Amino acid sequence: MAGNSQEYISHHLTNLTYGKLPAGYVRHNEDGSETELTEATWTMAHTKQEAADMGFSAIHVDSMGWSFGLGALIMFLFWRAAKKASTAVPTGFQNFVEMTVEFIDGTVKEAFHGRSALVAPLSLTIFTWVFMMNFMDLIPVDVLPSIFGLFGVHFMKVVPSTDVNVTLGMALFVFALMIFYSIKIKGIGGFVGELTLHPFNAKNPVVQAIFIPVNFFLESVALIAKPISLGLRLFGNMYAGEMIFILIALMFSAGAFMGLLGGVLQWGWAVFHILVITLQAFIFMMLTIVYLSMAHEDH
Amino acid sequence: MNINATLIGQIITFAIFVWFCMKFVWPHLLSAMQEREKKIADGLDAANRAERDLELAQEKAASQLRESKEKAAEIIEQANKRANQIIDEAKEAARTEGARLVAAAQAEVEQEANRAKEDLRKQVSELAVAGAAKILGKSVDAAAHAELLNKLADEL
Repeated sequence: MAGNSQEYISHHLTNLTYGKLPAGYVRHNEDGSETELTEATWTMAHTKQEAADMGFSAIHVDSMGWSFGLGALIMFLFWRAAKKASTAVPTGFQNFVEMTVEFIDGTVKEAFHGRSALVAPLSLTIFTWVFMMNFMDLIPVDVLPSIFGLFGVHFMKVVPSTDVNVTLGMALFVFALMIFYSIKIKGIGGFVGELTLHPFNAKNPVVQAIFIPVNFFLESVALIAKPISLGLRLFGNMYAGEMIFILIALMFSAGAFMGLLGGVLQWGWAVFHILVITLQAFIFMMLTIVYLSMAHEDH
Repeated sequence: MNINATLIGQIITFAIFVWFCMKFVWPHLLSAMQEREKKIADGLDAANRAERDLELAQEKAASQLRESKEKAAEIIEQANKRANQIIDEAKEAARTEGARLVAAAQAEVEQEANRAKEDLRKQVSELAVAGAAKILGKSVDAAAHAELLNKLADEL
């Protein structure tokens, strides 16, 4: 049972990976036999180890697919609402879309003290997209992997925000925007000055020269910590949430009583998770706004 | 939990969605919402203005009604006054006309009487001359006695 559980958990936490296995790589087949690859091969990973051995050039097909699909879905819905938007009385879904837009517009106006045509749509994209990706967490953990299993797909991790690549990717994009706007607004000199002249400065040029590397070190750490914490916060929350769902799902196979208890826990955790997924989407958006607002501030 | 090309894929996907949202979603929605907001504000303004206008119009109508009632009363009063005046004037005119007619009639009567008297006087003097001539048996030269006759006629 213990080995089984471990396998179950590990299976659920492995992405469907497509990548290149090097020549001479020994694949362990399911029936225990071994195949040695004669040349480098692009293929789907059959085991966790293979996925890890594929290195950086591999891609998580499930994360990418769900992430793109959900983003495209929400963008399509909002685009359709935007096309239908008129000054007439809004109804149904239109109302919901406008409520979201108004909420985000208000938040951006409150937190962002610059002028930018990018920040508000960026925030809308982040909020809706991250929400959609997190929302996949509420679908019982075995449903989609079982359906895909029927079609011979080995692994299926349906919550893209439990993939650190996805969350860090978004955080890095935000980081790139931060750097871009810092340089655009303050100039290269201003940006470098911000990195080297704070928090310590002195009137004496010699002392100042000594302070510069110290400041640079401190500020660089602070700067780089922003995208890392942004990405890892979302990842950590969603990963932990997913993990608990998986652990609860384990209980279903442990008798009627445990199954019932698991059902109750599943329901409770799901209700709690509605709050978590919304909150995490909001936090990601809010921090992005704040970081970009800081990038726009000229001292 | 491997860091791999998914990272790059996600960055590209993110950039595409942000671009799409910025280009096709956000501006349309926001402009439609702002337009509607403006329209509603205008509508409310118009309603307020209409209410105020209605109030003003009612006030104006009431004051005009009052004014016109006053004016009407004044006109009636004036008309009455004027009618009385006209009647008075007509009465006065009739009276003076009557008086004038009476005076003219009297003058004519007097004149007529005077003429009759004159005639009589003339006839008397002629009669007197004729009488005298009969009495004297010869004609009296009227011209020679004209002074005497005139004196006589005047005495009559």
